[in-house]
Amino acid sequence: MATTILRQTQDTAFEPERGYGVRRVLGRSIPYVLLIISILPIVIGYAWVIIATFSYRTRGLLPIDANGNIGGFTLQNWTFVRDPEIWRVTLNTFGIAVGMVVGVGFVSSLAGYALSRMNFAGRKGFLGLTLILHAFRPEMLLIAIFHVLLFIGGIPLIGKWFGFNTVGGVALVMVSLDLPLGIWLMKGFFDNITWDMERSALIDGASRFRVWWEIILPQIKPGIAALAIFNFISGWNAFLVPYTFTLGAKVSNLPVYLNRFSEDTAMVSWNRVAAVGLFSLLPVMIFFIFTQEALLNIYSGGAKGGV
Amino acid sequence: MKVELENLSKRWGNVVGADSINLDIQDGEFVAFLGPSGCGKTTTLLMVAGIYKPTEGFIRFDGRIVNHVAPKDRNVGMVFQSYALYPHMTVFQNISYPLKIKKVPKDEMKKQAQRVADMMGIGHLMDRKPAQLSGGQQQRVALGRALVKEPALLLFDEPLSNLDARLRLSMRGEIKRLQMELGITSIYVTHDQVEAMTMADRIAVMKDGRMQAYATPDELYDQPRTLFVAGFVGNPPMNFLDVEVVREDGEYHARCEGFDVVVPPHRGEKIVGKGKVILGIRPEDITIADQGIAGEIFVVEPLGRDDLIDVRLGEAGVHVLADPTLGLKMGQTVTLDFNTHKVQFFDPQTEKSLLWTD
Repeated sequence: MATTILRQTQDTAFEPERGYGVRRVLGRSIPYVLLIISILPIVIGYAWVIIATFSYRTRGLLPIDANGNIGGFTLQNWTFVRDPEIWRVTLNTFGIAVGMVVGVGFVSSLAGYALSRMNFAGRKGFLGLTLILHAFRPEMLLIAIFHVLLFIGGIPLIGKWFGFNTVGGVALVMVSLDLPLGIWLMKGFFDNITWDMERSALIDGASRFRVWWEIILPQIKPGIAALAIFNFISGWNAFLVPYTFTLGAKVSNLPVYLNRFSEDTAMVSWNRVAAVGLFSLLPVMIFFIFTQEALLNIYSGGAKGGV
Repeated sequence: MKVELENLSKRWGNVVGADSINLDIQDGEFVAFLGPSGCGKTTTLLMVAGIYKPTEGFIRFDGRIVNHVAPKDRNVGMVFQSYALYPHMTVFQNISYPLKIKKVPKDEMKKQAQRVADMMGIGHLMDRKPAQLSGGQQQRVALGRALVKEPALLLFDEPLSNLDARLRLSMRGEIKRLQMELGITSIYVTHDQVEAMTMADRIAVMKDGRMQAYATPDELYDQPRTLFVAGFVGNPPMNFLDVEVVREDGEYHARCEGFDVVVPPHRGEKIVGKGKVILGIRPEDITIADQGIAGEIFVVEPLGRDDLIDVRLGEAGVHVLADPTLGLKMGQTVTLDFNTHKVQFFDPQTEKSLLWTD
């Protein structure tokens, strides 16, 4: 008796699938269709960039040669890689990005820890101020920063590396503009770690610095990785600050270099612009491929309750 | 190691964590801090550990004031409720971490960590990460880490709260045995009075940052000094009735509406003439008898070995432990016999015992 009832319910449960198979497939595919349609413009844009870099000219997504026939693949847009200037510019870009990762990572992981764990006079005010600072647009600060950089440039030794019209100076400005957000993020990560962890390590005999380095930091690795990736990308794509505070190709970075391409008085070769653009995109993509695992790797803790 | 707390207080602004705690712990003694959440027991423990700095008072280890000694120099081991295992380290690295900081040579470190792990029954799990262990195993790792540096004082902060009931029972026994074998002075913070009663040599009962009593389990049970202690210690909890004690025909009667018992003279003479007082009597000291005070059964709660029954006596009610074979039912009328040699009396204003105040 019981088995027949079970079978009946099973039968009815499977009925709709058999009866309305086509509708089910349609129902399932609608979200995909909608999603694909909505991302199509972006995908087409990227496809054009890639095709254009290897073409003499393009009509729509089709590469064409000088006579307007389909075909005409060429490497002439990529000749800029033979120019030593591009490598110098790439190196500068890399320097700014790495400077961002190291500078923001180092300062905000220390400051975030202090704000999360230590009690000192002005802590609350500092937190509030940090948040307000983050609200400032860099554009508002350009003139003030210019004067600061000029002043730094006047300091012996340091000025040579971090003054006006230096890669170090650009990195310094970028780091300080990004610090408020970095500090807040890091404070959040530290807040999520139980106090017990810290107390336990202190009782085990560790110094405060050692607790930070050996016990707490390893647990927020995913957070640090995320911050590093964001900083690398924003350092790599920095435009406004390097554009304002550098002169000439020697200290230029890729976005500024790219911009100069498209504002030449001579006719702009958009295919070359696309090639330089794609070139500047590659390192970020490679960097992301290597770091995304760190982003997704979330620790499962050894602490229960009160986490 | 002997531990003394003298007038120990911790305040954050107006918030009082602990208020003038005074107690002494003998070498090798197992002391429990017992109280409800927020009573200041963990605050006191963290002051002993050196995590919190006392606002007032002194902590002495073997007579030496350690108020300003850093946690790492106090030679204490601590087990946390959350275990606080380092999730990125293996069991071996967790247990040997205190030794690594002490710069113990690698071979020696391995030997000691293995010895402690074997003692805790987790010697085969050395390469695992904490997330790969069960709750009970994590607890053992935490205990091993606290023991490996051979501390002079062991601190437990509700270590069994996150374990299931059966495991808690067996770990309770193991911790007690371990403490006795190693003879390490220990402080054990808990809100579970059964844990405190079964494990500790002496119990400090705390409430609202103040210490209510500091005594052996038996003394706490038989001679509670305050209403709070009487109500907190013992399961099911003590019954309280508002009564008046009068002397009639050479006998002391404790009375209220629907209730009248004769109190032995050595207890009654301390209470007589004090007006309204609170009478306390434990459920196991009330029995169902052929004669006595009549009441109606309000609820029957089977506990297995006993039935806990709630009997209404006029306005008041008492809990009584009864034999399940009696087959008592709701609404039935029973007569109760009170073992008045065990009754307690408390002042309703001060909530202090009228029998055991010195």
